[in-house]
Amino acid sequence: MTVQELVSQLELTVFHLEDGGRAVTGGGYCGDLLSWVMGKAPADGVWMTIMSNVNVAAVAALTDLACVILTESVAPDDPLLRKAELQGINLLGSSLSTYECAVKLSAALGG
Amino acid sequence: MESLRLTFQVAGGDLTHAGEASSQVKQTLRKMGYDSDTIRRVSVCMYEGEINMVIHANGGTATVDVGLDDITITLADVGPGIPDVEQAMQAGFTTAGDQVRDLGFGAGMGLPNMKKYSDEMNIESTVGVGTTVTMVVRIP
Repeated sequence: MTVQELVSQLELTVFHLEDGGRAVTGGGYCGDLLSWVMGKAPADGVWMTIMSNVNVAAVAALTDLACVILTESVAPDDPLLRKAELQGINLLGSSLSTYECAVKLSAALGG
Repeated sequence: MESLRLTFQVAGGDLTHAGEASSQVKQTLRKMGYDSDTIRRVSVCMYEGEINMVIHANGGTATVDVGLDDITITLADVGPGIPDVEQAMQAGFTTAGDQVRDLGFGAGMGLPNMKKYSDEMNIESTVGVGTTVTMVVRIP
C-alpha cells in the first residue's frame, strides 16, 4: 500500500505530501515520547502521535518513516510544517484517536 | 577509501535545531552507499547524543569518524557532568525538566537507546568539567 492510498482509505488530512507513491511496508507505531519512537518505530512504517512540534520531523526523517499521522485532530505547529516541507516528510492528520487510527491502519494493511 | 571525519558544533538550549547534525551525517552516509540499518543505528545514536548535549550541557562538539570497518561518534561537552553514570544509564531515569518533557523528550531512554544501537559505548564524565560519550557502530 502506498501513502496516497492510505490517505484515501483512512480519510486523512494532508499537511504535506512529498511522496505519495512511497510504499508502507513497516507497519505502525504509536507513541509520543520521541526516544521511544526513535528506538522502536519501524523503517517505512507509519507513526501515529499527538506530538506536533518541530522535533517530530527530525525523528521521522532519522527513522525513515513512510509517513506521520497526527491523531486527535492535532495540527502541526508552523515550524513542524515548514520542516516537513523542507525535509520531505509525509505529514498527515486524522480526527480519530491514536487507538482508532491504529485499528484502521491495521485493517488497511491487511491485519 | 580513506577515513572521513565530520565535525559539528551543537548549540545548547535550542531544541528546534536539534537533529541537524544527525541529518547531515545521515545524508552523507546515504550518499556513500551505507546500508540502511547501519545508517539508522548511527542516526539514533547521534540524535540521542545531540539532544542530550542540547538539554543538559549547553551544547558541545560532535565528531563522526567514518572508517572502513566502523563508524565512531564522539560527543564532547563542557557541561555539568553526570554524577552517577550507572543511574543515568537506567531506562526511564531522567533529570529533564517539564519544558523539555512537554516536547516529547526526557523519557529517560536516550542513553539506553545509544547503548542499544551502538556496538560499543563509553562515557567519561567528571562533575563540573564535562562529559565525553564515544560510540562505535560496526559496519556489517
